Parts: sequence; C-alpha cells; structure tokens
Amino acid sequence: MSALERRAAMAALLEGRKDDLLVIPGLGSTCWDLAAAGDNDRNFYLWGAMGGAAMIGLGLALAQPDKRVLVVTGDGEMLMGMGALATIGVKQPANLAVVVFDNGHYGETGMQPSHTGAGRVDLTEIAAGCGIASVVDVRDEPGLTGLAARLKELAGAGPLFARVRIATGEAPRVLPERDGVVLKNRFRAAIGLKP
Amino acid sequence: MNAPVAAVDWPDKLYATLKRAGIRQVGYVPDAGHARLIDRVRADPDIHDVVLTTEEEGIALAAGAWLGGQRAVLLMQSSGVGNCVNMLSLARSCRFPLLMMITMRGEWEEFNPWQQPMGSIVEPVMKLSEAEVYRATRPEEVEGLAERAVQHVFGDERIAALILSQQLIGKKVWVK
Repeated sequence: MSALERRAAMAALLEGRKDDLLVIPGLGSTCWDLAAAGDNDRNFYLWGAMGGAAMIGLGLALAQPDKRVLVVTGDGEMLMGMGALATIGVKQPANLAVVVFDNGHYGETGMQPSHTGAGRVDLTEIAAGCGIASVVDVRDEPGLTGLAARLKELAGAGPLFARVRIATGEAPRVLPERDGVVLKNRFRAAIGLKP
Repeated sequence: MNAPVAAVDWPDKLYATLKRAGIRQVGYVPDAGHARLIDRVRADPDIHDVVLTTEEEGIALAAGAWLGGQRAVLLMQSSGVGNCVNMLSLARSCRFPLLMMITMRGEWEEFNPWQQPMGSIVEPVMKLSEAEVYRATRPEEVEGLAERAVQHVFGDERIAALILSQQLIGKKVWVK
C-alpha cells in the first residue's frame, strides 16, 4: 500500500484556504503538519490536551455555524478521545469535519504501534457507528483531492469524518507559537471577537 | 428526597443564573442531582445541550465554545472531576474561562461507599487545578454563589467550581 505523505496531505487539504476555515490540529505530528502548511491566526495549535481536539472542534462549530471547522488529528489522539465521535454523532454539526491522519503508530513517542496499526480497530467504522453519515476513507491522491473538495463545501447533511492513510515517515518538526493565551487571543481576534 | 418541595427550586435559580450570564452551550454527563437543570437546558432552543461520554470532553467543548465566542458551562457529578484532571491543563494553559457545577456524592448520608474515594478529593483536586471553589450547602445560597462563580470565570477568564453539596441535593433513594 502506497500511503500518503503527511505534509503533502495537509497541504492538499488546505490548498486555497479561505478565511471561513478554522483549523484545530491534535497535539504532536498533526500540529507540526499544520504549522508547516503555513501559519494562520485561524489555527488553534494544541501542545497538549490529548484526546480533546474533536471536542474543541465541536464547541467551535456550534458557536460559529457560518464557518467551517476542520479538526486534523492523529490516530492516537483520536483513540484517546473516541467518545467525542459519539458526542458529535448526537449533535450532528453540519460545519464540522474530523480528519484523522492514520499511520497506525504513535509517532511522537517512538513509532510504537497504535490500536489501528497493531489490531483491527477501524476508525471509519467507529465514526459510522456513531451516526456520522459522511465517512470517507482516503488511500491515495485522487481520494485526497476528493476530500479537499468536500471540505470546501462543508455544510448540509451533517458532520464529516475522514481517515487519511498516511505513511509512517516522520517529517522535520515545525514548531508553532506555544503560548496558549496568545494562540487563544489571536484566534478570537481573527474572527472578530475581542481578545 | 428529603428536602421539602418548596426548597427544591435551586436548579431553576441556577438555570436563571446561566441565562443571565449568556451561557449558550451546556455540556453534561447525566446526573440525578442535575436532572432538573438538564431538563431546563434541553428545553431551551437558545442553548446547545451537549451530552458527553466523559466529563473531560466538556473541558474541551468549553474551550472550543470560547474560541468561537460563546460561553459554556460543564455539569457533572463529583466522580467526573477525576476524569477531567489532565484536560484541565487546556483551560489552565490558555486561560479559557471554565465554569463547572459539580453535584456531590460520597459525603453525606451516602449509601454507596464507592462514591467516597473521589468525593473526598473533589475540592483539593479542583484547588490544585487552579479553580476557585464555591460550596453551596443551603438552597438559599446557591444563586448568590453561582453569580460569584460566573463573575470569577467570565470577568477574568478563570476557572471556577461550584460545589453543590450532597446535603443540598438530598440523599439518593435506593429502595423505593
């Protein structure tokens, strides 16, 4: 299986990014991937809070129904907060997409196999079982192009879940701002809220 | 329940406080002590009621809500406090305003001894996590304490825990 390269995958999802797109990465590799794709005040980088990315996305999506919220996280981070998929399934926010970069490993800690890599845990089936109607499994470039197009039109039927199968290779770390108060205030200012 | 009916209006006063504070999202893990407040919230079309699978989801939900310009509150039972400890670092690192309302078990006429170990450390855990702690024992003090907690949280982007004691709630009826 020729899995996708993570930095190229992130760049593809964000190509032609507009101001109505708000992005929450998981901690670790997806956070560095997001920073590498170009800093943006509408990114809220996570340096911790493992398991919380999708729920931050839900709170944001409910508060900003006219904007699109994209959570891009890793398989390990999603596994820790898997209940969030059930919670999202109940609320059905039409403007939320949760994309999991799945390499079957915990990359930040030495590439130990995760549940999706070492076993038969399938996050797309879990998302579907949680009542998320739009579930996409991305394995190749055409699939990635299709997902990027879906993200641009995010609205309507309900939340979107996508698994993007990425290669296990590590990319050089690109470290964004890490002061949480700065990140919070610049994000709010960017969408017109007072710090 | 052992409290007289007239005295059990504090959940309605909590609801009124949340409305005055402009709360738009309420995350909760269902709990008998919060049942009436949860009913009020679920019936309110201006509030997103979000049933959680675990309490820590509510910390992240509240952070996302604030990033998007809405105020949130998290309702839980004392046992849920333990589930939140690591995720509280999100609120602490970023100074997200975080209002928690915690119904107590394991402290007053508790029948279930398994509630005691977590119940007994709720306040120290909250204080270690930089939450301002307010404890309500009598119905008439609930609203005032809730107002103070709201002011602490949203006036200065801080964390507060309003503890609703088991004496206030009344003991759980095990055999009907």
